[in-house]
Amino acid sequence: MAILELANVSKHFGAIQAVNDVSFSLEAGEVVGLMGDNGAGKSTLVKMIAGNFSPSEGTMRMDGQPLNMHRPVDARRHGIEIVHQDLALCNNLTAAANVFLGREVHRWFGPLRVLDYSRMYKRSAEIFAELKSETRPRDLIKSMSGGQRQAVAIARTRLSDAKVVLMDEPTAAISVRQVAEVLNLIRRLRDQGVTVVLISHRMPDVFDVADRVIVLRRGRMVADRRIAESSPEEVTGLITGAIERV
Amino acid sequence: MTITLDQTIAQKTHTPLALLLRSQVFWVFVAIVAACIFLSFATDSFATSKNIFNITRNVTFTAIIALGMTMVIIIGGIDLSVGSVLCLSSMMLAITMHAGYGLEIGITVAIVTSLAVGAFNGVLIAYLGFPPFVVTLGMLSIARSLAMVASNNTVVFEFGPDHARLLDLGGGAWLFGIANPVLYMIALAIIVGFILRWTKFGRHLYAIGGNESAAILTGVPVRLIKVAVYMISALSAGIAGIIQTGWLGAVTTNIGTGMELQVIAAAVIGGASLVGGVGTAIGALIGAALIEIIRNSLGLLGINAFWQGAFIGGCIIIAVAFERVRQLRSSE
Ligand SMILES: Nc1ncnc2c1ncn2[C@@H]1O[C@H](COP(=O)(O)OP(=O)(O)O)[C@@H](O)[C@H]1O
Ligand SMILES: [Mg+2]
Repeated sequence: MAILELANVSKHFGAIQAVNDVSFSLEAGEVVGLMGDNGAGKSTLVKMIAGNFSPSEGTMRMDGQPLNMHRPVDARRHGIEIVHQDLALCNNLTAAANVFLGREVHRWFGPLRVLDYSRMYKRSAEIFAELKSETRPRDLIKSMSGGQRQAVAIARTRLSDAKVVLMDEPTAAISVRQVAEVLNLIRRLRDQGVTVVLISHRMPDVFDVADRVIVLRRGRMVADRRIAESSPEEVTGLITGAIERV
Repeated sequence: MTITLDQTIAQKTHTPLALLLRSQVFWVFVAIVAACIFLSFATDSFATSKNIFNITRNVTFTAIIALGMTMVIIIGGIDLSVGSVLCLSSMMLAITMHAGYGLEIGITVAIVTSLAVGAFNGVLIAYLGFPPFVVTLGMLSIARSLAMVASNNTVVFEFGPDHARLLDLGGGAWLFGIANPVLYMIALAIIVGFILRWTKFGRHLYAIGGNESAAILTGVPVRLIKVAVYMISALSAGIAGIIQTGWLGAVTTNIGTGMELQVIAAAVIGGASLVGGVGTAIGALIGAALIEIIRNSLGLLGINAFWQGAFIGGCIIIAVAFERVRQLRSSE
């Protein structure tokens, strides 16, 4: 049964048609690669699913219910989490503060509701351990490596029991060892029944973990193929336009 | 493997002492203490209780507004209208009380006026995308002009039936002989410090200053928060205006002139960074204190008052140099 369905979704920014009439559905527990050239509309598409943009046209359904989202929190309430391409981290804050940004944990101090630093540090540490990332909750983001930053951004998606996790180029700026870690994390999410949408430029990543690949070209969806029935050559052709459509 | 990983994760980053030595507030504080020690030996009049009373009271007006300004600077904004808002608030209070209304009504009018000015600034900046510098520069001119219109540019020194209460509010010393303005300053600093460190709102201010688009993407209500911050800034100027009215016992339309620069200087000397994302309540107080001590000491040391600007400006530049050095170090 489909968990997330998009029907004829479009998004334009003024005259720019960033996403044009895209329809697909995602099953629970599958990993879907989303590929396309720079500017193909991948980020815009996942931002609509994450409630950052609302579609200009078309409908989205989650578990059969129409998704009506105005803000990112609405998407989270539906069990949708996103790791943004630029990671959306604040350099001047700690790892834990970034993990909990927008959903801080509170405790009571007498009559006052205050931030619960120790709970947030503790929970962040647990998530980093789970992700097998050497990231310290109290470190500032500005002193961190690319891989650690990625871990912080991914850790955000683990705060809730997300049903759909969208990852916008999580492997673009990190070391080879950490790419393998991120891919392992994606498998772990899938094993727990989470649906993962993986945007990546790296063909090996997608062919390694994905069950399906969706290709966008200039805002239009030109392919929705099972990995087993496709090949890197075919997908490359679809991305560049050498192959028109399948 | 997992044990070492867990240990790494659990490791503390900095010792408290290292953090202290890296903080600008600490070094400004050291400078203040050094200056005080030097002045009490070099002059007869510095360490007298009357002079200390004067210094602490004079610090408060700058410090109270610097608390609001620090919040504005943390979100990466600026508020140039505070000096004029102080004047407008004082004038609204004075006119209302002069017309025979009580102290409570006068204060309410002054505070509502300030909040309205702050809301106007905030909406233009947050919802219409105007640059803070330009909006608040315009308001600097508008608010003072409104104060002149409202008072017909006269001096108000009679405050109706509650005249004595108003003067006591600003000029009294209700607790242990500490001047009232100082008490208000301490109370407000505790509130602002609490908000910045212990509330979600405070946390979000730093997030907005650190990376505004990240704050938007993670669902922080950035626009609402910006409006609130400009309202708080105007409120702090309004409160300072009320207290200053009670202390001076008279209001003219030129009070608070040029105050914005002194307030911004205090915030920056106290460690707030104009690029946003950094600043503390205690920094605002310490910065204001350093400025006042420089002013006071030049007088006592018999140095021509015209040098004041040069010394305060020098402190601002040194403070920014501090920050620059830290940035260069951390980018290595
Ligand atoms: N907020 C925005 N405002 C205007 N145009 C945008 C915005 N976001 C993306 N675009 C445009 O939409 C198109 C698709 O961009 P994007 O979704 O980021 O592509 P991708 O992630 O596949 O590289 C590009 O032409 C880009 O310039
Ligand atoms: Mg993109």
